[in-house]
Amino acid sequence: MGHPLRNDAAEFDTAVQPPESRAGLGLRMLRQMFSSWPSVVAAAILIAIVLTALFAPLLSTADPVAISPAERFALSSDLHPLGTDAFGRDIYSRVVHGARVSLIVGAGAALVSVSLGLVIGVVAGYFRAVDSVIMRTMDGIMAIPSILLAIALISLTGASLMTVLVAITVPEIPRVVRLVRSVILNVRSEAYVEAAVTLGSPVWRILLRHMVPNTVAPLIVQGTFVFASAILTEATLSFLGAGLPTEIPSWGNMMSEGRMYFQLYPGLVLYPGIALALTLLSVNILGDVLRDLLDPKMAKRA
Amino acid sequence: MTMIVEYPVAAMGAPVLDIRGLCVSIANKDQSSVVNDVSFSIRAGETVCVVGESGSGKSVSAFSIMGLLPPDALRVTDGQVLLQGEDVTKASPDRLRDLRSTKMSMVFQEPMTALNPVEKVGPQIEEVLILHRNYSAAERRRRVMEMLESVHLPDPERIYDSYPHQLSGGQRQRIVICIALVLEPALLIADEPTTALDVTTQRQILTLIRELQERHNTAVLFITHDFGVVADIADRVVVMNAGRVVEIADRDTILSSPKEEYTRMLIASVPSLAPEPRAALETDVVLSLSGLDKRFTSRRFLRKSASVHAVQDVSLTLRRNEILGIVGQSGSGKSTVGRCVVGLEQPTDGTVTICGQRTDNLGAKDRRLLRRQVQMIFQDPFRSLNPRVRIGESMIEGPTNYGVDRGEAMARASELLELTRLPKSALDRYPHQFSGGQRQRICIARALMLDPAVLVADEAVSALDVSVQEQILDLLDDIRAETGVGILFITHDLRVAARICDTIYVMNEGRIVETGPAAEVLTAPKEDYTRLLFQAAPGRHWDFRNFRPL
Repeated sequence: MGHPLRNDAAEFDTAVQPPESRAGLGLRMLRQMFSSWPSVVAAAILIAIVLTALFAPLLSTADPVAISPAERFALSSDLHPLGTDAFGRDIYSRVVHGARVSLIVGAGAALVSVSLGLVIGVVAGYFRAVDSVIMRTMDGIMAIPSILLAIALISLTGASLMTVLVAITVPEIPRVVRLVRSVILNVRSEAYVEAAVTLGSPVWRILLRHMVPNTVAPLIVQGTFVFASAILTEATLSFLGAGLPTEIPSWGNMMSEGRMYFQLYPGLVLYPGIALALTLLSVNILGDVLRDLLDPKMAKRA
Repeated sequence: MTMIVEYPVAAMGAPVLDIRGLCVSIANKDQSSVVNDVSFSIRAGETVCVVGESGSGKSVSAFSIMGLLPPDALRVTDGQVLLQGEDVTKASPDRLRDLRSTKMSMVFQEPMTALNPVEKVGPQIEEVLILHRNYSAAERRRRVMEMLESVHLPDPERIYDSYPHQLSGGQRQRIVICIALVLEPALLIADEPTTALDVTTQRQILTLIRELQERHNTAVLFITHDFGVVADIADRVVVMNAGRVVEIADRDTILSSPKEEYTRMLIASVPSLAPEPRAALETDVVLSLSGLDKRFTSRRFLRKSASVHAVQDVSLTLRRNEILGIVGQSGSGKSTVGRCVVGLEQPTDGTVTICGQRTDNLGAKDRRLLRRQVQMIFQDPFRSLNPRVRIGESMIEGPTNYGVDRGEAMARASELLELTRLPKSALDRYPHQFSGGQRQRICIARALMLDPAVLVADEAVSALDVSVQEQILDLLDDIRAETGVGILFITHDLRVAARICDTIYVMNEGRIVETGPAAEVLTAPKEDYTRLLFQAAPGRHWDFRNFRPL
């Protein structure tokens, strides 16, 4: 629409639209992103949780791992705002420190699975010879239930933050690989990629300049979902006792220990549970908003 | 400005469709108008062609007649659309549903997307009868069979039980026409119904529409960008530009003595089917193919592998300064030949010789050096530039790949932009800031950055409006004269081929059927297939450039 009127066939139209700066585009996206209240609330909660994790030592009122048998199941007091658990450890401080574990696991799993998945997916999508080998391997990994795979990996190596992180990340990789591969396969036949081939561009330039940028938007969205599901998996593993040892406070192992006294002291499960639920909810809301923003087609269908 | 052509009312009867001062605007705050004060009418048995370039508002007008405007994006702001005296713009959604297919119906450009891919076509036609008529199952089936026969589909019983993907493009369009006409509506709107089809199929569909129109005395509103089609089927013509009606007159008046400058320009842009004789070239051979063969094989697990013989035994020679046209319908293998030449596909057999050097017995490094001699221009200018990369960066990509200094390459890029008549400031812009024709000029400039000896243009003007097409063809002709590059010009359009090519190779089913100087092949074709193509070309009895019949 609004085609420039051409009166003379010989006259070339030289009218060019005004440029739009990339920064302007980013700013507009941000504004659009926070135009609805759920996304604003979700962002606020997530920022609060990140700050809590960063400043956990300053915010906590007691040593989260200090056992004090005299103070078992203490009720809320000035010293212990949320009371203490079966070993007399301060619940508030443990919840605050638990945010660290959750965020490290979430961010770590998201970053590692997205970057490994990107590399493997690009290789599978571009180099046809290795495609079927890689993809069948990924199918194999996907065929094993991720919790079982994680438990198996942890029991092989012993529980630590590192092994838990690896155990959570590995089952997430195939999904990212599939996503990246599908984008690369789609872009392969784009005329601008073929044009680059005829211009004699080396493979690395074709990949980095013409293909990989197309995967950024879907990967950001996928990353947020990995982030949420990794936090949940860590909590599940710790709850089952296969996760982090109790010296490292995590929302999952707090709930696991509190489970036995739930009817007497519901706070043991409730407080870490609320923290976990709020974190997951806000990450998922932000992930949805991002998806709608980066893929307008999906937003309309929803 | 609107022009109302007065017809003797008694002789013609009341119009089936009467559009009065129709205005359509974008449904947002600034209400910018897309269609402005459009008025025309169609009588029973009459074909009115609405012609215009992309963005002229012709499709939007058609959609507002059908009440199919997307309600959150476009809205009718003024005017009336009277269908047999009833204002469609005021009709309730229920009433509109009733009117569609009983009184007015539409045929779309792309028959594959207009049909439901997971339902057999017979029941899809029947659905209209279920919704609007109280027929018994047996009556419905009989009526559908009648329709399938009347659109000349072979073996209606088999077609009835086919899925859309099992039919050819032409057959699918016939099914869509069945659906549109099964209730014998008073008005048929056809929105570029033959644009996605081959010329020979296009001819059949146009004849079919004409035949059914005569049988049922239907009023036909035919939207097209192709003046050839207009010359063949129109009774009256409405020329549109930028949302306004430029001119309305009967066909012969429009084609022979258009009043408005814009109409005159559009018609004069239609290339003639008769090429000007050109002198044979005796320059060096820059590209030669001998016995080129390409077979696509898809290996399938535990089943016999399927293979398509896309190109069979193709040989040709392209000289410096020559424009060699490969002409053929879709699936004839013409694009595959082009892709083999630029190295996007590896030939199964045969040799490609570029500037005297065979490509098949070279090492990877030498082959890469030779490749820069052959560059390509693609069909779709909207997809052949990376939307994330500035024009300048896109243009210097080729030379920097071969070790040219960035600054030097940029200087060359701005020279070439000048040659393709684009401002130097284009270097810092992104592709979305340019129109289709401008982008195609950028692509041409980019292809020239490596000083190639051969340019392969694969349907390079097919996606462009006629007036822009004319500019690009002129540009290619100039570039050939200036740089001496040999151009392999692949097209399905005989007019474009006649306009620009020195030599023409006609391809059908992977083989070359006929070759010769353009003047010979297009004026005195020897082979039946070439003659068939030529006869199917729309508007071949009209000389558009000189505004007279041939």
